[in-house]
Amino acid sequence: MVKVALIQYPGSNCDLDALEILRDVVKARTDLVWHKDLAHDDYDAYVLPGGFSYGDYLRAGAIAATSPSLRVVRDAAEGGKPVLGICNGFQILVEAGLLPGAVLRNSALRFACTWTRLRVETTRTPFTNKAEKGQVLEIPIAHNEGRYYLDKERIPELERNRQIVFRYVNEMREATEDANPNGSIDNIAGVCNQKGNVMGLMPHPERASLAVLSPDNQTDGRLIFDSMMGRMTRPGV
Amino acid sequence: MTPGSYVVEVIVENKPLARDPEGETIHQNLILKGGYKQVTSVRAGKLLRMNVEASSPEDARAIVRKLSDDLRIYNPAAHTIQIRIVG
Repeated sequence: MVKVALIQYPGSNCDLDALEILRDVVKARTDLVWHKDLAHDDYDAYVLPGGFSYGDYLRAGAIAATSPSLRVVRDAAEGGKPVLGICNGFQILVEAGLLPGAVLRNSALRFACTWTRLRVETTRTPFTNKAEKGQVLEIPIAHNEGRYYLDKERIPELERNRQIVFRYVNEMREATEDANPNGSIDNIAGVCNQKGNVMGLMPHPERASLAVLSPDNQTDGRLIFDSMMGRMTRPGV
Repeated sequence: MTPGSYVVEVIVENKPLARDPEGETIHQNLILKGGYKQVTSVRAGKLLRMNVEASSPEDARAIVRKLSDDLRIYNPAAHTIQIRIVG
């Protein structure tokens, strides 16, 4: 049976939500692992949850990125295993250099907590392989530092490498300024590494995986976890 | 130059092309509104002041430069830093 490590940092606070979905909804054998206790790459996938690791001091994710757990995550990533960073987990992966760019303070200088629409830009990742390209998922955000940034001239390269995984869009599936909740460059909500096995996104799929938690009973976030499970049970796909 | 304790400041700023909404807000909604039209732009950043034991100011600067790069005191994808000896 596949095993997932859900890594806790001091200040993680979406870990138990993610645990509930992984264990009880998508039925993955999941261990909550304290970051200092993660010494070996014994798992089939790694999830870095949301929260405020180390109080967001210096920069969100910057201090957790130096945790020894990242050495294990880096090895796993190099070995092609799925690595998912949600919100603060995304910030940690960016700060650790496993994903390109930076995540800056929201352009409105306000904490943004709202449901967003995400357009799936590529289905090649282990987290979107059960989606269709262009499909729109409704998943909420909750962050103060979510403005994805990369030098503008590097965006075409990211696009060419199919590293842009999600964009914030409106009801017409268009990536407009109005649909952009935090000022992210090019409406980017999630990116992956070149290989595609490491992905981070600011929205919280674990908060959109149970009908009872969604305003219209949808469970779009499940698709990300279901894709991950599908990939692990069919390695090499 | 003598060995001793030096005060070194690191100033972290967004790159010129990365928008700085905090600086823009301070400029537009405080400084310009307050009538100080002479101020044409504001960039907000972060200041770290460190006491560093070193053999010379150059050495202190080099230590801080190295730790800023090694430990990612700034994210080179989005920020620039200035390092200065202030005491």
